[in-house]
Amino acid sequence: MSVFNLVSIVFLGILFFILYFHISNYILDLYDNRSYRRFKFENSFRVVIFIAPAFIILFIFILYPVFETIRLSFYDKFGREFVGLYNYNWAINDPEFKRSILNNLGWLLIVPTLSTFFGLVIASLSDRVWWGSIAKSIIFMPMAISFVGAGVIWKFIYEYRGPGDTQIGFLNAIIVSFGYEPQAWLTIPIWNNVFLMTIMIWIQTGLALVIFSAALRGIPKEMLEAARIDGASELKIFFSLVIPYLEQTILVIWTIITILVLKIFDIIFAMTNGEWQTGVLANLMYDWMFRGGGDSGRGSVLAIVIMIGVVPIMAWNIYKHRQEQKI
Amino acid sequence: MKKISYSSVLSQLLLLLFVIIWIIPTFGLFISSLRDKDLLAISGWWTSLTTTKVNEIHRMSGMEEQIKVEDYFIIQGKLFDDNSKKKIQTFGITSKKINEFNVGETAIFKNKNEVTVKENGEYILKSKKEFTKKKGKRLFITALSPPAFTFENYKEVLFKEGIGQAFINTAAVALPSTIIPLIICSFFAYSLTWMKFFGRDTLLAIVIASLVVPLQMSLIPILTIYNDFGALFGVAAKSYPGVWMAHTGFGLASTTFLLRNFIKSLPSEMMEAAKVDGASHYDIFIRIIVPLSIPAFASIFILQFLWCWNDLLVGLVFLDQVPSEIILTAKLKELLGSRGENWEILTTGAFVSMSVPLFIFFALQRYFIRGLVAGSVKG
Repeated sequence: MSVFNLVSIVFLGILFFILYFHISNYILDLYDNRSYRRFKFENSFRVVIFIAPAFIILFIFILYPVFETIRLSFYDKFGREFVGLYNYNWAINDPEFKRSILNNLGWLLIVPTLSTFFGLVIASLSDRVWWGSIAKSIIFMPMAISFVGAGVIWKFIYEYRGPGDTQIGFLNAIIVSFGYEPQAWLTIPIWNNVFLMTIMIWIQTGLALVIFSAALRGIPKEMLEAARIDGASELKIFFSLVIPYLEQTILVIWTIITILVLKIFDIIFAMTNGEWQTGVLANLMYDWMFRGGGDSGRGSVLAIVIMIGVVPIMAWNIYKHRQEQKI
Repeated sequence: MKKISYSSVLSQLLLLLFVIIWIIPTFGLFISSLRDKDLLAISGWWTSLTTTKVNEIHRMSGMEEQIKVEDYFIIQGKLFDDNSKKKIQTFGITSKKINEFNVGETAIFKNKNEVTVKENGEYILKSKKEFTKKKGKRLFITALSPPAFTFENYKEVLFKEGIGQAFINTAAVALPSTIIPLIICSFFAYSLTWMKFFGRDTLLAIVIASLVVPLQMSLIPILTIYNDFGALFGVAAKSYPGVWMAHTGFGLASTTFLLRNFIKSLPSEMMEAAKVDGASHYDIFIRIIVPLSIPAFASIFILQFLWCWNDLLVGLVFLDQVPSEIILTAKLKELLGSRGENWEILTTGAFVSMSVPLFIFFALQRYFIRGLVAGSVKG
């Protein structure tokens, strides 16, 4: 498609929605609303105009698919015949599924923990150094990069050449300079997962860092000063004052990164495509969407397993929202 | 004056260590994308400022180039480009002894042919008999190559490898996928905050629940809908409008949620006053809410734009993987598979794909951070 065509459909696509809101509201404004009944009618009509596009899209892309995916998980690969728990049974006995679940659990344990930890340490370090904001910018930068871009960056770090050849991968160059054999890092089972997780930690630490930085600024200065005057060491202040103060923030960051990690797909897809025992649920699901012409039953089961991971977080969010509404 | 304490020096060093570890990967990629591709393949980027020793195999010209000078048939030529700065140290004429001769010496082949190689790559091949082979003989050289930086890689990647087209495609996906949800969700967020209607709280709860629904839950049913739709109307199932709608759907909950939090924080007196003056909700929205929400729009625009620009999964599932539709991330992943050894293409391609996010990052960091802190929850 030529650039001109692309620009015009982009323009038309956006214009369509602007015109929808403008014209429908304009027509409604023409309507005579001096009597109370007509005023009421106009208002409820306007609610429909305001809500309709968002609600229709929300319904088609989120609400309906959730129920449809649950339904499909009980049907065969074409979604035609009811097969009961067959797909679930398959998953439980599938070695690839077991591997993916274990890997996902590994990701869930390690990535949120280390990202939060590094984020907190770097946030408190950069808070007391004059060049702190530059340091924060640099560590935050990977947040802007795509997972695939980050994958290329790190694949270059992990690049392997045979022993005797010049290593152009940074990690192997270091290893070789200490006199060890170079390693094909991404093909060493179990450990290769850690090398993939490193990429995610490298990215998500920046997220933890900026949120912690904002939270640290909220700690009352007087409290810290008082503790210092009383002779508390910096480490003591950090563990007994700062960390308890940040408890809520830690929880929030942990949750955000956990949700991201649950559906991690791009990094593994780009780096190993699930080979050498690095597969996770999202990759297995993508695979089953197309493997052998696609199996919507198995794919749906895998999606549901990912979904189960976020249900507690979802429930907690709604509970918190209800509490806020009451106040 | 503050004392320079032991712990302050320690924290500076520790922070410096973190910064170095975090910057090295990106820095290495950037340097590599600017290096000469032959050097990139044989030496680490950290040696890019030093002279590198390279081993190369070249083939001399064949019979067509020969000229007759007195008793000899001569083939003359040059192994390198004219602007190459490589300097030959040693050369050889068999693969077993690639360092047999120093530069300037004359090597003699089995058939008594003689070859002389100069430091700058010029060679002279002499023979008493006429050359009869079309294919020239091989020369094995060891040369010193000074640091070489070039924009050649960028030229090649943008115009020959299809990254340039993918860049345009990505923009055509990301821009509407950011602007459309912003328009739709600002009306939605307004009505969820300032309009009274039946079921408003339930709708809000649904939006909040949708925040964390993983993308994977939607893939199979939506793909089915698209395929059915395509078959019914006889159009391509996967298209740009389709991918915009998908991005709009997946970004709707978070955009609405963030906008609602912002709109809720605006003073209600203003709205009340406007209402008393007879303004309709649409007037209030356009004249009061939109101007006041510009900073919030900026933050959300950046978040959603970066999300769409960096996305892989949606572009992979809802677009055909053909040159006119493939997006940058999918193209990069494809290159990782097919050109995995060509680091000049991979590093440069990755950097091209990162250029827009990095520009936004450095130019609009304040808004980006504000958006993230306001709540970076996305399904």
